Amino acid sequence: MNLRRRKLLAIAAALVVARPALATTAEMKAAIAAFAGGAEPRAGRVTLDVAKLVDNGNAVPITVSVDSPMTALDHVVAIAVFNERNPNTDVVKFALGPRAGKAVVATRIRMATSQKLVAVARMNDGCAWSATADVIVTLAACVEGDG
Amino acid sequence: MARALITMPKSAKRGEIIEIRALIGHPMETGYRPDANGKTLPRDIIRSFVCRYNGEQVFGAELHPAMSANPYIAFHTVATESGTLEFTWDGDNGFSQTETVAITVSG
Amino acid sequence: MMRYLVLLAAVASMGADQRKPGSDFMGESTRAMQRDDSQNPAMLWVGDGEALWRDKVNGKSCAGCHADAATSMKGVAARFPAFDPHGKKPVNLAQRINQCRVAKQDAAPFKPESKELLGLESYLALQSRGMPVNPPQDKRLKPFTASGEKLFFQRMGQLNLSCAQCHDDNAGKRLASSPIPQGHANAYPIYRLEWQGVGSLQRRLRNCMSGVRAEAPPYGALELVELELYLAARAKGMTIESPGVRP
Repeated sequence: MNLRRRKLLAIAAALVVARPALATTAEMKAAIAAFAGGAEPRAGRVTLDVAKLVDNGNAVPITVSVDSPMTALDHVVAIAVFNERNPNTDVVKFALGPRAGKAVVATRIRMATSQKLVAVARMNDGCAWSATADVIVTLAACVEGDG
Repeated sequence: MARALITMPKSAKRGEIIEIRALIGHPMETGYRPDANGKTLPRDIIRSFVCRYNGEQVFGAELHPAMSANPYIAFHTVATESGTLEFTWDGDNGFSQTETVAITVSG
Repeated sequence: MMRYLVLLAAVASMGADQRKPGSDFMGESTRAMQRDDSQNPAMLWVGDGEALWRDKVNGKSCAGCHADAATSMKGVAARFPAFDPHGKKPVNLAQRINQCRVAKQDAAPFKPESKELLGLESYLALQSRGMPVNPPQDKRLKPFTASGEKLFFQRMGQLNLSCAQCHDDNAGKRLASSPIPQGHANAYPIYRLEWQGVGSLQRRLRNCMSGVRAEAPPYGALELVELELYLAARAKGMTIESPGVRP
């Protein structure tokens, strides 16, 4: 391949990549690792409750529950939720502690498209646990006009 | 002032775990949506939510644009003593709102 | 009117009401959002409406004449649209609210789909929750209801579809992976997840019309009120879920 063609292809590739970026699996993995304190969280202790097929990606109800006694010696310090395909991999981070009593949090999130969600819990002993859910998001059939 | 709705018991027994539900009206504009002319609407979201129980933080949340409009968060806390629960939402463009709810703890 | 009577007779002869509200076509988590007042985002608008009910405008508040809405407004939303003797045509609840605002409070009417108007409409509609849709048995409404029915069965737009073709003939099937409901207006105003906010039945009707690439009449147009009137007759007896949550 001659140099000029290589340059053109490189520019073309750069232009493709420069579109509004979506989060990638790699970005999500990096964000999870950073939240977990460098280590890969273990699957378990965390339950991520979300419908498999949601009515609308604008408001997807989720509940994250962590199996933990929530005592001063053994409790969840933080829970974070990440996604794979929104423009940004972060969704929300909750700060808990023994005063929570129960490590159960519910909220509603936005999902741009069908994708994986990951909930990670960080414990006071430094360990991190996670749960994953695959969610299918359908789009509205009729688009609203102007006015 | 946005409309906020806090649902929680007004009284509880000491040591009881209570559920608190907080709902507030806010567009949570992501910063990725185009307007009718194709221009991207600037980000305007609530970035943090904190619950303080007699002044001490018992729960917090860091919100990103992926949180739905009119954000809803349900969480738990142990009813330790009578007093005031303070809920504060802070966000872009100087958004800041606090709601307070009194609780009576017996036993 | 004939077609409606035939439908009603067919339904009656079957022994069971075949009509299903839009909530039957949504996921369980969306139903839970509607059921629970602590989670239903429309309750934020209800809160606004409740505050506006007590707000004095030029010295007068709604509460000043109507006292406690839970008593005075019980069942009112259920019987709208209703015939307006002044304009000699039907008006919906939002238009009625604005009439009061102009005539009794000397204030400018709220704009359609404004936070204030939707707040008051949601607050009032809540006072009919659980009651049956109860269109007035008013002879003066007959020609307008008939016009509304005609529009319901009329093909429109570049896609050349009528309301009936989707909501009578194909309810329960899917349109681009979204379930098609029967189109009963028993939960308005609704918090629509697609809008990320509360909107009126007229917004939804105009939304559908844009969807089939038809030119939607402006808010408040008589054709839209007539369609609302027909939809109320079509949903007569169904339980009001307002303020609803819909995808």
